[in-house]
Parts: sequence; C-alpha cells; structure tokens
Amino acid sequence: MVSSSSSSGSVVVVGAGMVAHRFVESLTARDPEGRWSVTVLGDEKYEPYDRVGLTGYFGGKTAEDLALDARVLTHERVSVRTGSRVVRIDRENCEVATADGATHRYDRLVLATGSFAARLALDGFDHEGCFVYRTLDDVAGIRVWVARRTAQLGRPLRGAVVGGGLLGLEAAGALQAEGVAPFVLQSNERLMSAQLDLGGAKALERLIEARGIDVRTSSVTTRVDADRSGAVCGLELRDGSWEPVDIVVFTVGVRPRDELARAAGLRVDPRGGVVIDGGCDTSDPAILAIGEVASFEGQCIGLVAPGYAMAEVAATRLLGGEAAFPGFDTSAKLKLSGVEVASFGDAFAETPNALDVTYADPVSGVYKKLVLSDDAQTLLGGILVGDASAYTALRPLVGRALGGDPAAYLMPSDLAPAPQGDLPADAIVCSCNGVTAGTVRDAVTEHDCADAAEVKACTKAGAACGSCFTLLKKLVAAELAASGKEVSNGLCEHFSFTRAQLFDAVRVSGLKTFTAIVERFGTGRGCDICKPALASILASLYSEHVLSGELATMQDTNDHVMANIQRDGSYSVVPRIPGGEITPEGLVVIGEVARDFGLYTKITGGQRIDLFGARLDQLPAIWKRLVDAGFESGHAYGKSLRTVKSCVGSTWCRYGVQDSVGMAVQLELRYRGLRSPHKLKFGVSGCARECAEARGKDIGVIATEAGWNLYVGGNGGFTPRHAVLFAEGLDDDGLLRAIDRFLMFYIRTADRLQRTAPWVEEYEGGLEALKGVVFDDTLGVADDLDRAMASHIDAYEDEWAATLADPEKLKRFQSFVNAPEVADPSLAYVAERGQARPATEEERTSGTVFIGGTTLAVRS
Amino acid sequence: MTILDATTPEAETMTTDPWTRVCRVDDLLVERGAAALIDGRQIALFRTFDGRIYATDQIDPFSGAAVLSRGIVGDRAGVPTVASPMYKQVFDLRTGACLDTQGKEPLSVRVHPVAVTDGVVFVRISGDPR
Ligand code: SRM
Ligand SMILES: Cc1cc2nc3c(=O)[nH]c(=O)nc-3n(C[C@H](O)[C@H](O)[C@H](O)COP(=O)(O)OP(=O)(O)OC[C@H]3O[C@@H](n4cnc5c(N)ncnc54)[C@H](O)[C@@H]3O)c2cc1C
Ligand code: SF4
Ligand code: FES
Repeated sequence: MVSSSSSSGSVVVVGAGMVAHRFVESLTARDPEGRWSVTVLGDEKYEPYDRVGLTGYFGGKTAEDLALDARVLTHERVSVRTGSRVVRIDRENCEVATADGATHRYDRLVLATGSFAARLALDGFDHEGCFVYRTLDDVAGIRVWVARRTAQLGRPLRGAVVGGGLLGLEAAGALQAEGVAPFVLQSNERLMSAQLDLGGAKALERLIEARGIDVRTSSVTTRVDADRSGAVCGLELRDGSWEPVDIVVFTVGVRPRDELARAAGLRVDPRGGVVIDGGCDTSDPAILAIGEVASFEGQCIGLVAPGYAMAEVAATRLLGGEAAFPGFDTSAKLKLSGVEVASFGDAFAETPNALDVTYADPVSGVYKKLVLSDDAQTLLGGILVGDASAYTALRPLVGRALGGDPAAYLMPSDLAPAPQGDLPADAIVCSCNGVTAGTVRDAVTEHDCADAAEVKACTKAGAACGSCFTLLKKLVAAELAASGKEVSNGLCEHFSFTRAQLFDAVRVSGLKTFTAIVERFGTGRGCDICKPALASILASLYSEHVLSGELATMQDTNDHVMANIQRDGSYSVVPRIPGGEITPEGLVVIGEVARDFGLYTKITGGQRIDLFGARLDQLPAIWKRLVDAGFESGHAYGKSLRTVKSCVGSTWCRYGVQDSVGMAVQLELRYRGLRSPHKLKFGVSGCARECAEARGKDIGVIATEAGWNLYVGGNGGFTPRHAVLFAEGLDDDGLLRAIDRFLMFYIRTADRLQRTAPWVEEYEGGLEALKGVVFDDTLGVADDLDRAMASHIDAYEDEWAATLADPEKLKRFQSFVNAPEVADPSLAYVAERGQARPATEEERTSGTVFIGGTTLAVRS
Repeated sequence: MTILDATTPEAETMTTDPWTRVCRVDDLLVERGAAALIDGRQIALFRTFDGRIYATDQIDPFSGAAVLSRGIVGDRAGVPTVASPMYKQVFDLRTGACLDTQGKEPLSVRVHPVAVTDGVVFVRISGDPR
C-alpha cells in the first residue's frame, strides 16, 4: 500500500510538536504538484509551539507568542487536529485511531511524538506542587501554583529543581523569575554532566550560585513529603537531611514516547525509541519516525536540531529524493540569562589520544577548554563556561584543521587574538600548575631549556599529575625546532642514546655491568632514569637476578626489595596468582600470613591479593612463609609482566568456547619475570562476551570456535585504549609464537616507560608493519626474537626464592646497619574498618591512639 | 685513615664525644644507601663509587617517610646525588640541597659530617631533625 512518489497520497503525522511542524513545512514547500496531503494529529490542545522557547512564558510570552508559523498549518493540503490523541496504529489497514474514536487512513505514517518528561519514582512524586517542565500546560500550571501558594502562605516560596542539567538550570531561572527562591539538586558531582567536565561544571556552579540559585551536587532525593492539605512541603535527601520546599520541578530527563510504536510491533530500541535507519524509516516501510521519539544507532537525543534534520530527510524522501540523516550533533548551549555555557563536539576528549587545552580564570568565572587531535592540529570539540562568545565560530570548525586564530578564542575576548599559528600564549598547557603555552615557549627561548624535562623543572609544567606531558613535549619540540636548536632524544644527561639505541649498544657490545657500560657509552655515575632503564635492558638480555652484583645498585627501591613502596615507607606484598586461579589452601595461607604480620589486605584490580604495611625487615619472613607454601613473586613492583586476567571460560561457563583459565595460567607462567620497558598486562576471555576485559590489556586473547583471536596494544591508565586485532583463529602454538615475537620486539625497540599502546601507534608503518615483523619476518629477526624468549623462559627463577637462599642478599633487608633488630620507629598505624592503615600527620602529632607498627607476632 | 671532615674524631672526643661509631665501611654497599639509628634518630649513609661516605637524615623532606637510604645513588653534572625513592626529588649528598624538586618548592635535607678511622664509619649528628 505504499504509494509511489508520483501519485498523490495521504500522510498522517502523529504528534504536533516542533519536528512535526518542520516536517510539514518542508514537505509542502517542495511539493507544488500536490503529491501529498497531510493530517497532523496532536494531543496537546495547542497548535505546534516553540518548546525550546518555553521558558519565555515566564518572561511574559503568551501561548500565541510561542506558536510556530501558522501559515504552514493553514496550507490547503494540511489539516491539523489538536486535542486528539492517537491510541492505536493498525498497520494492516494503514489506519490510526484517536481517543475520540475517529480513524485516519494513511499511505505514509510519520511518528513525531517526541518525549515525555520523566519523574523520579519516589514516594510522593505526585503531590500537589510537583511539576515537570515540558509543555505549555506545565509552565502554566507552575505559574498558577506559585501565585496561589504564595498568597496562601503569605511569604515567598522556596523551590527545588531536581536535576541539574540544561533543562533544570533553565527551570531554576524560571522559578526565580516568578519570585521563588530555587535550589538545584544534582545527583552526581557535576552540573550539566552530559555536557561538561568537572572543571567546567565547577565554574558553572559558581556562576549559578552568583545568580542567587543554590546548587547541591551529589545530592540524591529520596522522598517528597506533603502537608495535611496534600501540598508538597519538603524533600528528604539521601544523606538524611530534609529540605522544606513549596514547589518541586523534576527535570531528570526525558523518555521517548514510543508506546504506540511498541503496541504496533514496530522495532523499538531496548533503551527506548523507535528504531530508524538513515532514511528515517522504521521497521515498517510505510512508517517513518522523526524527532525525539526516533532512535538512531541506539541513541535518542533531546535536542531540536537533529529532529529538524530528520524532518528534512523524511520530507525529501517522501518527495522521491535521496537524503540520509548524518548522525547527531550534540552541541548544546544553556539558555539562562547571565550564564553562558556551551559544549560541542568531543567535549570529553574521548577520541583516542585527544589533547586538551584549558583556559581558566576563576575570578571572572571563565572556564574554556578546547579538545584537539593528538597532533594538536584538528579541533575536536570544546567546553565554554562564563564566556561562550566563541561558540558559534568554533562549532563549525569541529573536525577541521585548527589554524592560528581558533585557539585564540580561548583567551579573554578583550585580548587580541594570538599573532599566528599554534596555541595562544595565554592558553593553559598544564592545568595542575597553571602553566601557559607562552611560559613554556619562554623556557625554551629565554631560559635555554634543551628538552621537556628541563622545561618541566623550570616551569613546573607536567610536574603534578603528568597528564599534560605529551602536549608539553610537542610544544617544546616545536619551539626548539623553530629556534633552530637540536632536539635531544637522549635518556638523560648520562646517555645521549634513546632506550632502543642503548639496547642495541649493550647487546652488541656484550657489556654486562653499569660501570663498563657508562664508561664506554656515557658519562658520570648515572641517575634514577638511566640506571633502572639499563637494569631492565640487562635483565631482558641476560635474565640475571635483580640483586646480583652491580645490578642491585641500579634498581629502583621497588625492584631492589622486590615489593612496592607505600606512602609511609612501608611495602606491599603481592604473591603471583596465575590467571587469578587459587586453591582454598592458598587463600588460607595468604590469610594467615596477613593476620600473623598484621597486614592490611585488599583484592586488587588484577585478580590477586595485595598485603600492605610490611616493614622492610619483615619482607624476608613474610616471603619465607609464602614461598614455603608454593607462592612466588608477583612482580607487582617490576616493569614486567603483571597479571594475566582471565574469565572462567569453557570449563564452567555455559558460553565459553575455550579454556581461558588454562590459557591464562600458561601465558602467565611463560612470561612471568620478563623485564620490559613498562609493565605488561594480559587478559584472556573464553568467548566474545569478553568478561576478562582482554581488549583493555597490552595483550588480549579472546577465544572463538575457530581458535584464539589476538589483540595488542590495549591500555587502561591515563590514556585508555582498546587493543586492536592482530591475528585471528590461532592455535595454541601459533598464539604463543606470535606473542613471543611481539613482546621481544617491543622490549628491544620501545622507549623507556612506553607502554605497548603508544609503541604500536608510533611504530613506523603501524600495525601492518608489526604484523609483517611477527608473521612474515620482514626484518629477518624472528629467529633471534624466538631464541631470546626461549632463553628467558629457560632461565626464569623465582627471585624471592633465590633471595631467601642467599644470606648476602638478605642483608639488604636489615632495618638499620647498626641495629638490625630494631623496627623502624617512624611507622604508625590506626585501625580502620577492622584493619591497619597508616596514621595521618594529624593523628601522629595529636597522639591519637595508634598501633605502633604492624605486628611482629611471627618471625622465623 | 681517611678523614673527610676537617675535625678529627679524636680531637672532638676529648670534649663532648659527638662522634658516633656506626658500622664498618665494608658494611656499606657501593652506590646503595643504608639506614642507621643514632640516639633514636634515623640517618641514611651512602658510599659512592669513588669511595666517599656521606650521611643525611633518613626522612625524605618531601614525603615525610623515612626512606632516603633506599634511593638511587648517582650524579648530576658530577655532583654526588641520591634520588628519593618516593617522589624522585634529587639531593646533593655533600650539602643536602635539592637539585631537582619535581615541581615542588625546594626543601633540603640535613647532612651530617662523616669520618672514617681504620675502616670504621663515624657520624657526628648536626642540628635538630626537621
Ligand atoms: C594494587 C592496584 C590497585 C588495586 O588495589 O586494585 C594498583 C596499584 C598501583 N598501581 Fe595500578 N594498580 C592496580 C591495577 C591497575 C590497573 C587495572 C588492571 O591491571 O587491570 C590499571 C589500568 C590498566 C593498565 O595498566 O593499562 C592500573 C594502572 C596504573 C598506572 C597507569 C599506567 C598507564 O599506562 O597509564 C600506574 C602508573 C605507572 O605504572 O606508571 C599504576 C601504578 C600503580 C602503583 C604501582 C603506584 C605506585 O607507584 O605506588 C600502585 C601501587 C601498588 C602496590 O603498592 O601494590 N597503575 N593499575 C592494582 C594491582 C593489580 C595487580 O594485581 O597487579
Ligand atoms: C523548556 C525546554 C527548553 C528546551 N530548550 C532546548 C534548547 O535550547 N535546544 C534544543 O535543541 N532543544 C531544547 N529543548 C528540547 C526541544 O524542545 C525538543 O527537542 C523538541 O521539541 C523535540 O521535538 P519533537 O517534535 O520531536 O517532540 P515534541 O516537541 O515533544 O512534540 C511531540 C508532540 O507529540 C505529541 N504526542 C505524543 N504522543 C502523541 C499521541 N499518541 N497522539 C498525538 N500526539 C502525541 C506530544 O504531546 C507533543 O506535543 C527544550 C525543551 C524544553 C521543554
Ligand atoms: S588508581 Fe592506582 S595509582 Fe592511583 S591511587 Fe589507586 S592504586 Fe594508587
Ligand atoms: S596537568 Fe600538568 S601536571 Fe597535571
């Protein structure tokens, strides 16, 4: 029954909202031959009105003022019925029925039913005086209630807005305009959390407060109370507090009105919304859906611009044209007078490797952030709070190369734009320490800093959380190049080699001690950068014990005592639990050791158990117990294999297709102790459901019916990245060989502290080139890599067991060279949730009761 | 006998005996510190590659933890140094001055005179702990 575009037919539109209006306008304006006649059925009693401008009602606009262009609806082939709610779609007969019993036949049906405003399912959500904020009737109701209640109570009202998003803030402003003192309750820690990061949200909070609207973040409403007349009188919050209120407006989000479509058996997204394709077609070719009710690629968006885009697509296609919905633009701007906020594009820097540049001026309440691609060239998105004047100009630049000017928008608008290119001098590069691009450049040009490390020392940029260091390095390199200076890639002042060059130098020369290497290739006596790097290189080449000979002097404290240093100078102990699989007996031993030594215990994120608060001198006794029970070092301290996380796999899980635990254990035992440029983490999942989160790991293995799929280069941490597919359908041997080579090649060529993710990304020729090296031996090194790995596997010994067997090594664990039996007197603990934790400075000085050192009950 | 400080232990012993015998030189590993306890105060001792011995307070002024002896020993432009194992600030072993503050306000560590007599290490504690 679908009419062809040449013959005339009838379109029925369900819903008379903004998007329906645009659809009708677009369809009739381009249909001079009159191919379609349109019936619009809307359940509100008004003809389509400007919902976006709804708040204008409180500024004095009437329903007439808000009405959308009436000429569209008075067109000769358009009829609009207000107050008529569609209750059923009869797809077989191509008919819809309305609540008053009328039926309308269609050739094409367009669903434009929008959304309804959600309320929280709280006790008392529907008391008198509780509102949502969506329709003309809602705002009219609010106005009437405020007037009546104010008169009854004889005082100004206090109002709560539940939900601190775009809409909530607008509603708070509206209440204020009506003389109500509003406060906003936001359940999480950020206002406008869909659009703003924490920095932006905090700046916004200050602006909102300055406008006289109280903001309470992390506040969850748990109940609404009414007085005896049934009128709302208060709110209870999750922290137990109670707030008196006279009106409550819920702005906690919207839900697509897909109930008609659901009942008619159209495809509906599990999260709500009528599923459409790029042409706005639903699962029934005679029915289209547009606006907020439509779900495209799993998303419904509560903004009008995408709805208008869909309206255009639908009209074009009904007229026989080609058009496709391009996807959502989620850019948004807050409409609250005196408070400028905008967010556009990839505002949260979710693009892999995105960099961000922030300008913040807390005094004037301005926070601006631009998100840039990893080469700082392309604008990806941004957040503007306090001064959104740049929004209109910046938004179109999303996805384009960023010339000189756009970044200058970060600066206060009264300053002249940056001269040319690059980041403006005012742009904050390091937000922890408030260092601007200009300061960084000056460090290079005025203060002769020769590399990023020197700039860091000189300006403090990158010296706090470190997250800006990549951007810093790029800026410094660009500035050095611009001033004609050489960019040093050396490790530190002692070696002018990169780690990869040093690796080759050490390998080819055959030198095995620090003294010999530094005398031949470097200068001085080394430092905390080159010594651990060389220790790692020597360990990869010769598998010697971390404490043997001069190697011991090169280790960071963690590797030196084979434990992780904690903030108070005590250590943590992590026994290896391969694949996360542990016997009940093993658990008992760990529990007993923790109890006997008074150690705080915690399950780690890596499927094992961490024991905290061990003194240096306790480590051997603790490990004696663990080694005797069959445990070995978990290398939680080393730049080496950490854990191989596994899911339960085919042994137990009804979906598993291979034994993921068995493979995880095999991998962990194969690569344990392998020293590398940075730590290595693996994951093995027994099927594509991926419960082991293997794709977040350096090496991810996922079982399929056809064999193992191998993924490489995943990372959590500061810059999370998913691992990418490296090979499919491998058998056990093929998998091990591929991993052997991949890892050994990484160990030889990566930079110091470079995880596999950035290494893969920066490797010349990319993933394809690496596949070549591993599978096709394009560099002719495969045999060498295989041999190197085989010799690591052969030479592996548990470094804790070896240490316990050597009295010379054990001497390193004495507390004091002149008092080996005395425990470190500086350690102090207090009990918390049944375990010990380090005392705070305050607790120490105030003499609050504490446990002096963890217990020493057992010492063999 | 090697004396690294102007005053000899003998001369001082006459009056107040401020020198404390701590350990043998051989008890100290080259380029790896050791902690010592002198009258309840924690001291870090370092033996550098060229055979010199230095003493500093054991408490790292940046973290407040008693850990300096566990840092990596090396040099910066020829100056003997230790890097705190906690947050990697670098100290001049001769003066206690901070050579790399890692972006923090500089804090120095107190150093103590060291003397070696017949293979035995003596330390003279100077100043109050800070
Ligand atoms: C114990 C544990 C937290 C917990 O209680 O769950 C932990 C604790 C530490 N992590 Fe972690 N990480 C732990 C799991 C993780 C995970 C999750 C995972 O492995 O599944 C991640 C993200 C995944 C990843 O690495 O890609 C993680 C990302 C980091 C990072 C960031 C690495 C990056 O590439 O950006 C660091 C910093 C670093 O290594 O430079 C770090 C560093 C640290 C250090 C070593 C910080 C330090 O230098 O003192 C912490 C001390 C551990 C200790 O004393 O035992 N930790 N850390 C987890 C130990 C797992 C284990 O059994 O070995
Ligand atoms: C106060 C406020 C401010 C806003 N500000 C902005 C903004 O600044 N920027 C922005 O992009 N967006 C804003 N929005 C959102 C914007 O208004 C919506 O995205 C837009 O109106 C969606 O249009 P629509 O036609 O899809 O749905 P609607 O406008 O909701 O229209 C759907 C209509 O269908 C009717 N209907 C539903 N079911 C039936 C049925 N069975 N039978 C008959 N009729 C039915 C409904 O009653 C409604 O009238 C704001 C919304 C509000 C409430
Ligand atoms: S996230 Fe990791 S590094 Fe940070 S505090 Fe937790 S354990 Fe320590
Ligand atoms: S942003 Fe520069 S150190 Fe945190």
